[in-house]
Amino acid sequence: MNDMTPIETTLKDWETDQEVRWCPGCGDYAILKAVQRTLPQLGSDPANTVFVSGIGCSSRFPYYVESYGFHTIHGRAPAFATGIKLANPDLDVWLVTGDGDGLSIGGNHLMHVLRRNVNLQIMLFNNEIYGLTKGQFSPTSRLGTKSPSTPLGSFDRPAQPCAFALGSGARFVARGFDVSKNLPDVLKAAHAHQGAAFIEIFQNCIVYNKDVFDDFAAPKGAEAHQLWLEDGQPMLFDGGTKGICLDREALELRVVDVVDGDWQAAGVIVHNVKNRSIAHMLVELPFGAFPMALGVLYDDPRPTFEAAVIEERARASEGKEANLAKLLGKGQTWTVSGTAADPV
Amino acid sequence: MATQTAERPADTHTPEAVVVRFAGDSGDGMQLTGGQFTLSTALAGNDLATFPDFPAEIRAPQGTLFGVSAFQINFGSRQINTAGDAPDVLVAMNPAALKTNVEALKPGGLIIADTGEFTKRNLEKAKYESNPLEDGSLARWQVLAFDISALTIEAVKPFGLGNKDALRSKNMWTLGLALWMFDRDRQPLIDWLEAKFKNKPEIAGANVAALNAGHAYGETAELGGHLHQTHIPAVEHEPGLYRTVTGAEAVSLGLVAGAQLAELPMFFGGYPITPASAILHHLVRMKEFGVTTFQAEDEIAAICAAIGASYAGQLGVTSSSGPGIALKTEAMGLAIMVELPLVIVNSQRGGPSTGLPTKTEQSDLYQAVYGRNGDAPLPVIAASSPSDAFEVAIEAVRIATQYMTPVILLTDGYIANAAEPWKVPDPKSFEPFPAKFLEEKNAKDADGNDELLPYRRDAKGARPWIKPGTPGLMHRVGGIEKHVETGNIDYSPANHQKMTDLRRDKVLGVAVPDQEVALGDETGELAVVGWGSTYGPIRQAVRRWREKGRKVSHIHVRHIWPLPKNLGELLAGFDHVLVPEMNTGQFKTVLRDQYLVDAQSLTKTSGQPFQIAELEAAIGKYFDGIEGDEGGEVPANKAQLPEPQSGYDDGTLKGHHP
Repeated sequence: MNDMTPIETTLKDWETDQEVRWCPGCGDYAILKAVQRTLPQLGSDPANTVFVSGIGCSSRFPYYVESYGFHTIHGRAPAFATGIKLANPDLDVWLVTGDGDGLSIGGNHLMHVLRRNVNLQIMLFNNEIYGLTKGQFSPTSRLGTKSPSTPLGSFDRPAQPCAFALGSGARFVARGFDVSKNLPDVLKAAHAHQGAAFIEIFQNCIVYNKDVFDDFAAPKGAEAHQLWLEDGQPMLFDGGTKGICLDREALELRVVDVVDGDWQAAGVIVHNVKNRSIAHMLVELPFGAFPMALGVLYDDPRPTFEAAVIEERARASEGKEANLAKLLGKGQTWTVSGTAADPV
Repeated sequence: MATQTAERPADTHTPEAVVVRFAGDSGDGMQLTGGQFTLSTALAGNDLATFPDFPAEIRAPQGTLFGVSAFQINFGSRQINTAGDAPDVLVAMNPAALKTNVEALKPGGLIIADTGEFTKRNLEKAKYESNPLEDGSLARWQVLAFDISALTIEAVKPFGLGNKDALRSKNMWTLGLALWMFDRDRQPLIDWLEAKFKNKPEIAGANVAALNAGHAYGETAELGGHLHQTHIPAVEHEPGLYRTVTGAEAVSLGLVAGAQLAELPMFFGGYPITPASAILHHLVRMKEFGVTTFQAEDEIAAICAAIGASYAGQLGVTSSSGPGIALKTEAMGLAIMVELPLVIVNSQRGGPSTGLPTKTEQSDLYQAVYGRNGDAPLPVIAASSPSDAFEVAIEAVRIATQYMTPVILLTDGYIANAAEPWKVPDPKSFEPFPAKFLEEKNAKDADGNDELLPYRRDAKGARPWIKPGTPGLMHRVGGIEKHVETGNIDYSPANHQKMTDLRRDKVLGVAVPDQEVALGDETGELAVVGWGSTYGPIRQAVRRWREKGRKVSHIHVRHIWPLPKNLGELLAGFDHVLVPEMNTGQFKTVLRDQYLVDAQSLTKTSGQPFQIAELEAAIGKYFDGIEGDEGGEVPANKAQLPEPQSGYDDGTLKGHHP
């Protein structure tokens, strides 16, 4: 995000005249609304906002947001976004990708945009399936996923998007899900972060991978299965009756019971968004034995790539005049007058 | 002109042109020696052309045949267009360099060899059974052999370097001798060495001492008839300021100049690849001109970032060689679809796949003109020499920004690496072509309200360039087929038909200057049609036949797509059309397709440029009275750079040799 003068807009201002073409009931609708609700709260200027996407269901997103939008090619959105930000660092860029687009065909670019720390927001819609190509298993599909290309069940081990992001050097890693009321807050935190902000958004594919996130995303039992992390707050869930503690000998996280709200006695740890070691544990927490870790898992800014590029360009240009005639005549030259050549 | 020399005995004291080849181990600094000799030649006012040839391995095992690195220069007191066919002088720094290059030397030519390197071990590595300097096998040539290694060690003794470091100055000793031979001033080179090793005065001193020692050796040693001073008078050049330039430099300068003429900052996305990386290396040093360089994670990201920068209002540029260009192909399709300016430079090399990374070829013409999915037309232009690459790069920027289209600029490994004198142009002599951005809505809707139509075209067929950040002009673009005016997604049959036609017509409508005849008349018996780096040898071969009274003309095409409007008519004015190319006949196919002309192909795909003699022979077949022997394939040439041995074989095709 950038320090721009806040603009007053409403949700309506961020809707285009284009008919939204996702399947009825798709989680993408909820994410689109969450984004369109968040942008006015951020004071974003539609003229200064760019949505960049790759290919896939999620990547149709830019067509539905009344801002500048660039629907690019499969997996490469991070590279386009990098060029856009280097050409005009004042633009507020949101990158929209999916599990196939961002982690399969575009895994390389996602890694590099994160490690370089380009200042933008990356929303990876994870539905654990290839939707637009009619339901093949994706790099995040769970083992045993039956799909047109794996009729007996998939046997590829799934990638973990947040672990990938953190491993790539991301300085902001967050998680949310499509219908969550907390999603706008996660988006706002990502926007406030200076640098590449990675958000994994679990998204229900109603047609090819229906309700695979219900174990934690369904309203029923949500309390017991969602761990919403907040900086400076204890890691509590299930109505404060359970928490996360650090086993200091095994160096791993554990679930503990909290009696009478005394989380300190139970050894529950306080979330520190700058603690990279804990972040590594949080992104790897196996769901089932643990609740799903959601919210801002890690947030510790570093100087951005654009800033470094601008600084380097200034340093390289220092004291140099942009004189084309001089540039062309650089190096060892000689003048010809008639036939005699004289070194210059 | 190489033949002039070829026809003269090598010991003529004032030839019009001389070809010198420096050959040594890839660690011997032969490219640097050649480069510095080139500079001193340019400063002496000679015209020149060079051919650097080096192995794909960075440090091939010492003393081996495939580790030989060579640099050929042709210079003279008249116009030089090629690096020359056969050398007059061969400097061989070790047995492997002698073995791989001696066959190329003209009969009677001079061999300068370092006996210090002709050890038993090195002779074995070069697969010599006996020492050629002693066994009489070099009788066809003049041999000047002495212990350059020992002489160098002696010369640099005062600087207290170990033997290994001392021997590094061997190339400077040799260069000093060469400078004496051709009556060259040492001072610019001494200045250069002192500047280069400013922080290592002992190294600078050793190199200068070696240089002076080599020079003094020529002056004072009594070397019999073999070695003597040759003075090549300065060529008559148009008055003005000159420098030497390689194709990679000229492309970089042309891109910067083009961006200035378009009044745009430039964004260059690149990924390391031979022989294209040099462009990135040059551009990183030109940042004061508003140049941003980005070394991307791969070729795809390099072009995508460049398109992103164009989308955001800069001049996006990317560069690569064949395999990298292949990776960029899908993104080019997007640039065509969203109609954004982009310049894609392809420094072609031998292919397919990794092919011959350090050797030259022109085999990516199909890839450039046809090689994308869907009907995806884009303009293609080709540079014909290192200095021509400057103007061609400006032209590429002009077309890209004026027509809102990606443009492919073709050079090749030869143009990229070779150097030639260049009359420094006056930037003011180029007409500026400032890019325009749409600032407000460009149409009215049915109710008379202002409306934005991102795909409404101008008279040239170009859509407006709209920078994100412009108030009120928010819109979406992408790779899905879009409505002919609004740019919204539109898959309807009539719309796709219309958009396909519009994209084609826009590119076909690019204003291209009429094709001129490079040499000769506008009609005649034979048109020799070339493109790219074959310019020099074709010109010389055609000139020779014209001197014999034959009605041959040289036509050299810069605009490969769209072709100049008059080209078909021009070709129709000749009885025959011959198309020499360093590929299997790609441009020939385009010409046949476009004009139904019976163009014959002359091909060479050995990774070596055409020699003048080869083209001369091919042209001769049109006048030999034998029907049907025209065109054909020029075989690999053992005597030419790159020599066959710089690969891993002995130059014969094992088991298949005729």
